[in-house]
Amino acid sequence: MTTPTPQRGSLVFLVPIVLIVSLLALAFAWVGGWFGGKGVTPQAMANTAEASGSPQPGFRRAHSKGICIVGTFEPTPAAAQLSTARVFAQASTPVLGRFSNPGNDPHAPDNKAAVRGMGLQLKTDDGQEWRMAMNSFPFFASSTPEGFQAMNVARLPDPASGKPDPEKMKAVLAQHPEIANFMAWAKSAPTPDSLANTRFNGVNAFRLVDRQGRERAVRWSMRPHTPFVAADPERLKNAGRDFLAADLDRRLAEGPLKWDMVMQFAAPGDPIEDPSKPWPDTRPETRVGTLTLVRAEAQAGGPCFDLNFDPLILPKGIVATDDPVLHARSAVYSESFNRREREISRGQARIGSAQ
Amino acid sequence: MSHPRHFNLLARVLHWTMAVAILAMLFVGAAMVVSLRYREVLIDLHRPLGLAILLLAIVRLANRLRHPPPPLPADLPRIQAMAATASHWLLYGLMFAMPIIGWAMLSAGAYPVELFSGVHLPPILPHSPVLYGFLRPLHGVLAYVLFFTILAHLGAALFHAWIRRDGVFEQMSTGGKPE
Repeated sequence: MTTPTPQRGSLVFLVPIVLIVSLLALAFAWVGGWFGGKGVTPQAMANTAEASGSPQPGFRRAHSKGICIVGTFEPTPAAAQLSTARVFAQASTPVLGRFSNPGNDPHAPDNKAAVRGMGLQLKTDDGQEWRMAMNSFPFFASSTPEGFQAMNVARLPDPASGKPDPEKMKAVLAQHPEIANFMAWAKSAPTPDSLANTRFNGVNAFRLVDRQGRERAVRWSMRPHTPFVAADPERLKNAGRDFLAADLDRRLAEGPLKWDMVMQFAAPGDPIEDPSKPWPDTRPETRVGTLTLVRAEAQAGGPCFDLNFDPLILPKGIVATDDPVLHARSAVYSESFNRREREISRGQARIGSAQ
Repeated sequence: MSHPRHFNLLARVLHWTMAVAILAMLFVGAAMVVSLRYREVLIDLHRPLGLAILLLAIVRLANRLRHPPPPLPADLPRIQAMAATASHWLLYGLMFAMPIIGWAMLSAGAYPVELFSGVHLPPILPHSPVLYGFLRPLHGVLAYVLFFTILAHLGAALFHAWIRRDGVFEQMSTGGKPE
């Protein structure tokens, strides 16, 4: 085959070619955050969590200490009226979950845990999943992930003194005044003496979608059947490092532990996208089901350890709101999960020694 | 065997559709991992678009094997011809590898592989932290390899169009040279 010799173009055309290719590369780098700061990123938040203590390869960057839990969820008849989620129609759904303590130290003593977490995974028979990440605090520290990040940075030890700089925290409180409410709560709220009598709150708002397509903004909570008993501060001081797990095992040996799942409905005008503002206790509530825990096991080698309790893994019938903290939690948990699974993959983790 | 002057219509349609889809996919992927606010909406787009690209890649490979592409100009330097062939097969490899690795890593991470609300793909790997911890970074690294290969492909295509003016660009652009 003969090809007629084409009329070549000038090499000056290299200029637009290089320009086009470079612009595309620059756009990609900008979108990927290589330059042109985009404010707080999931990576920055995970870095701050890592900086709060010594490295703990293979563990969650926050809420590192935990216990796997196993049980079931049974809905009430009222639940199916509120949402088409299969979990509210199915008689019983298996639950895999995790109790956790805050902080990045998987070996921290339980008496230092001012707040506690409960993560749950509910898998229904139609293959859908609902993951939740709840906490014992009734409202979030900050309205925004930026405020939360600023608070955590201010809490990091100052390199000079080895202690957090109180001036930094003052500056954060001036900019994010809502954090003071959380600090006041943390100072005054009594700590329950057991995980079994701890109430866990979804904190972020979601929307339940019913059969007619109607959406209702809700916040949910798990309310323990076990009566609340405040931990005695003196006894707490001398409690064993893992007293919460020991207490949980003892109670589960006697029988299952239960929580009511309760939906609280927003009234018009309630702050749906601000998790630092609890809705008044007078808002209507509906009990949508019962969580029953039958078994607990160590997180090391347990089924909950390598699961990301991402609060945006939702079944059909439950949708997220625009609460920025909710979306940030999902993003940061993913980053934390990627980091720890990579460490496990590379053989850098020492999980076997954890409680 | 007679060679066609340009890619057949299906090849051209698939090429330009997938060019848009893959570039969009790369930008969505790069943005979603650093976003505190838009991860959910971006990943909800990333998964079905990834599956669509995988399905289109299957059609495209079948079409390519049945309809050989037009030859490169005889006077193209050997090194350039080799680079063209190698980069084309690298692009094909990544078109398949990226969606499959994405699907596999979600499976290994015990994530639901949701396409649309309520519609899921089955896992293709067992839950395995070791596999997830390997596949997740691989997905990111190969995304950069794919992006740089596309940049080279684009640069070369424009080099053919504006400097060599040898008809290679027209083989894939809609015009084509009249048969």
